Amino acid sequence: MDLFPSLPLADWIEDLVDWLTNADLIFDSIDALIAWILTALQTVMDIIPIPVFIIGLPLVTYFFAGRKIGLTLFVFVGLFLIDNLGFWNDMILMLSIVLAATIISVAVGIPIGIWMSKSNVVETIVKPILDFMQTLPQFVYLIPAVAFFGIGMEPGVIASVIFGMPPTIRLTNLGIREVSSEVIEAADAFGSTSSQKLYKVQLPMARTTIMAGVNQTIMLSLSMVVIASMIGADGLGDIVYTAVGRNDVGGGFEAGIAIVIVAIILDRLTAGFQLKKKN
Amino acid sequence: MFGKRPERAIPMLRDNKSKADILEETGLTVGVNKASFEVNDGEVFVIMGLSGSGKSTLVRLLNRLIEPTSGAVYLNEQNLAEMEEKTLRSVRRRDMSMVFQKFGLFPFRTIQSNVEYGLEVQGMGREDRGKKATDALSLVGLDGYEKMLPEELSGGMQQRVGLARALANDPEILLMDEAFSALDPLIRKEMQDELMDLQENMKKTIIFITHDLDEALRIGDRITIMKDGAIVQIGTPEEILTNPANDYVEKFVEDVDRSKVYTAQNVMTRPETVQPEREGPRVALQRMRNSGISSIYAIKRDRELLGIVHADELSQLVDEGIDDFRGVIHNDVLRVEMETPVTEVIDLIKNSKVPAAVVQDGKLRGIIVRSSVLGALSGGEVNINGSVSEPTSR
Repeated sequence: MDLFPSLPLADWIEDLVDWLTNADLIFDSIDALIAWILTALQTVMDIIPIPVFIIGLPLVTYFFAGRKIGLTLFVFVGLFLIDNLGFWNDMILMLSIVLAATIISVAVGIPIGIWMSKSNVVETIVKPILDFMQTLPQFVYLIPAVAFFGIGMEPGVIASVIFGMPPTIRLTNLGIREVSSEVIEAADAFGSTSSQKLYKVQLPMARTTIMAGVNQTIMLSLSMVVIASMIGADGLGDIVYTAVGRNDVGGGFEAGIAIVIVAIILDRLTAGFQLKKKN
Repeated sequence: MFGKRPERAIPMLRDNKSKADILEETGLTVGVNKASFEVNDGEVFVIMGLSGSGKSTLVRLLNRLIEPTSGAVYLNEQNLAEMEEKTLRSVRRRDMSMVFQKFGLFPFRTIQSNVEYGLEVQGMGREDRGKKATDALSLVGLDGYEKMLPEELSGGMQQRVGLARALANDPEILLMDEAFSALDPLIRKEMQDELMDLQENMKKTIIFITHDLDEALRIGDRITIMKDGAIVQIGTPEEILTNPANDYVEKFVEDVDRSKVYTAQNVMTRPETVQPEREGPRVALQRMRNSGISSIYAIKRDRELLGIVHADELSQLVDEGIDDFRGVIHNDVLRVEMETPVTEVIDLIKNSKVPAAVVQDGKLRGIIVRSSVLGALSGGEVNINGSVSEPTSR
């Protein structure tokens, strides 16, 4: 029976995680950085008075996302409803997690995407890692996230980054590789250095595709908020999670609808920026 | 040489193995092989060949967009093939510019900033490069389009932008890779003429890639013909036309195979004729002068072919005051039938000074000049009403 004893994979991973927790300094500094970003975002959003927010964001939507009256009205009514339901502070907390995750994903993902587009070897190595990040059940990496970063908002951000970053990386890579070879040849033929080629030709031409990736990243981070609340991340997600525990259908739906409203606003806004830049 | 570890194939090339053999043995594709030539300062050097002949690869070896596996490219005693990155960049910035088949414009940049690109990467200041770009744009006749985006312009205009961009940094050498091939025929002719006009003043060294024989003949000072990555013939358009290397005609026979399908009637053009029964030597001379030819076919009213008369003999008659030129009609003209295959026609007219007459039941239907045969084989259409602009004899 035990001709092939089962591999002690679980032990190995535990040993690895144990060993990694020794690298306190690294994780502590990452933790501090995320905490700083979160506080900064919350402070900025808290400074803006709620009425200004409720009226200002629809105006931004109107002027930057294609001058759509219906969408503008939706943003106004949606924000008003969230405030009316008493979810404003929770929404700000949730937004700070989503935005922090997005900022980190973009700051890390775009350079990795560029690197991938420049080297086939890197692409071959990174692609399966991205698949892994996207398909591994989120609960599985919540456990080590807690081990490294403790309980709270920060591991929630980390989990959102792991789950949300792949589209930014993939689409940056794709966008740059898609640039037609003749345009690249033209850039070379006129004597561009490789950084001139990147900043003056490849990135501008890949912009729409990269923005689509960032949009995806925001949406995926948002979808992580409920799961992140299981390890102590506050916000709308936490209200949903609590409602699940109490079998509170009405309360759950209230918070759930608020999340959907935020999701639609974020999606349309970023999609609108994309459209604007394209024209 | 394309493929992995391309240096493997170099000894095989030295042993004169064929492209197909090398592909089979090593999986490597020979791009360009043993293409040695010199381009003179200020000349338009056309490289012609069918697709896959290596002409586009060759031009990219000149500015090292493709790294040569082996060999050298000299520009004023500097070997580009062994140059450092930095020196190469400065050569690309100052000495040679390139114009692309599908224009290669930057779609998100305005016309103005597209033209400025080459100057911008050199680090030239905004004002200077703006002025140079405006000058280059007006050179190609695009004043007033500065703020538009490439996609808002027609193909012909986009290629003018491509040309302006290449001229903006005032290079010695222009590399033009099938620059006009994506344009429709009328615009293409227009651009060819304009390029020639510009060249009158600029006297750049232009290396022009094309697959179109007509284009090559129109603009080339010298023409190189490539096949399978190797050069088959280099010569002036005149030499190419009057003395095509055997391989050259053969190539069309093999690769295009039009000559087996085409017969004399496909490649004939409408002749200028005179009717000695009612017209005199003055009329004949006038007609020849108008169409720029020095011999003309004489026919009867019902188009029965009588023969050919030459300008010099006619003017002699005029001098002597003789009004009937039936005495100087030469009967020994080259006659072919409507159904004669073009392959035979090529052999017949190769050594003939005057065009061949296409006859049907003894009546003149058309004439065949050398260039129209070659033009037809290279893919051009011969219009029966088309201008018989080529001098029929010299």
